[in-house]
Amino acid sequence: MSLASESADLCGPVGADAGLAPAFSTAEVGDYIALLKPRVMSLVVFTAFVGLMIAPVPMHPVMAFTALLCIAVGAGAAGALNMWYDADIDAKMTRTSARPIPAGRILPGEALAFGLTLAAFSIVVLGLLVSLAAAALLAFTIFFYVVIYTMWLKRQTPQNIVIGGAAGAFPPMIGWAAATGGISLESVLLFLIIFFWTPPHFWALSLYRTEDYARAGIPMLPVVSGERETRRQILLYTLVLAPLGVAPWLFGFAGPVYGVIAIIGGAAMVALALRVMYDRSGPAARASKQLFAFSILYLFLLFAFLLVDRALGSHFGLVG
Amino acid sequence: MSKPHHETGIVLTEEQKRRRRARSIAIALSLAALAILFYAVTLVKGPGVLQRPL
Repeated sequence: MSLASESADLCGPVGADAGLAPAFSTAEVGDYIALLKPRVMSLVVFTAFVGLMIAPVPMHPVMAFTALLCIAVGAGAAGALNMWYDADIDAKMTRTSARPIPAGRILPGEALAFGLTLAAFSIVVLGLLVSLAAAALLAFTIFFYVVIYTMWLKRQTPQNIVIGGAAGAFPPMIGWAAATGGISLESVLLFLIIFFWTPPHFWALSLYRTEDYARAGIPMLPVVSGERETRRQILLYTLVLAPLGVAPWLFGFAGPVYGVIAIIGGAAMVALALRVMYDRSGPAARASKQLFAFSILYLFLLFAFLLVDRALGSHFGLVG
Repeated sequence: MSKPHHETGIVLTEEQKRRRRARSIAIALSLAALAILFYAVTLVKGPGVLQRPL
């Protein structure tokens, strides 16, 4: 290869379109933002915000903002490290093939350095300025998501998202710890709600993405055990989730408004899970898609009404 | 006569220069935001800025 053509390769179009991978960063700022998985981050920030707001110890707004920023950046760092490790399987799946690394817009090394730097910053700042317990939980969450889930469980077992789902369940606990400096029954309940919400949510998705997961070699439950077993497991987890959703009201740290929403939402989740299990008349994917979409609304409503109840409780004394 | 490769180095295209500039601005803004955040936290917490619950 001549020097001229080598130079042209190095400076030419990036990534997958280039003959050679560029030896320097050619990424847009938006590519780095995409590495942070903004949609996942928004749910993490929201649940952490609720954990922080319903904690019995009030926080100064600046400190609360600092805590949420660190949790958001930490979650983004975990997302970047996940994309770094999973670039090979992301390239094989329709849903993920346009991500910055498989699309060739960001080099794997860049994503690794970006993720590690943000993880270190978020943990250290949270620990120094807000709470050591919250920082320890954030560090454990990033470790759990990247090492336990991404590197170990995801490619090994159909129980990957059951155990790995714990990583997504920690944020409200981190928010609570940022405010109080510890954990308690209330924050454990919030953890359990998201923990038991994750399997029906992701298995509903995987039911209509089975081919994608099979092509990537990921042992999701429908790929390994079949659709029938997946539908049964979705129903079982939903039957545990629905009463757990009501538990904050039963334990007295949420009021009747939350209780009503949790009962109605839980009943709807069970009804949809039953449809996924038994209704074979329509297209197989339709019931799964409906359950997947509603599960997001359900979790949002539970946490939103925890906030609403707390606000009502502060003003009208509705919460015990 | 053109210069040897080690003297010219890698020549960025205009698009690559634009992207590099955008990344540099993003890093600068992030660092400025971090400095403002530390300043605000110091104002809020006063001398005991590093005192926090467990």
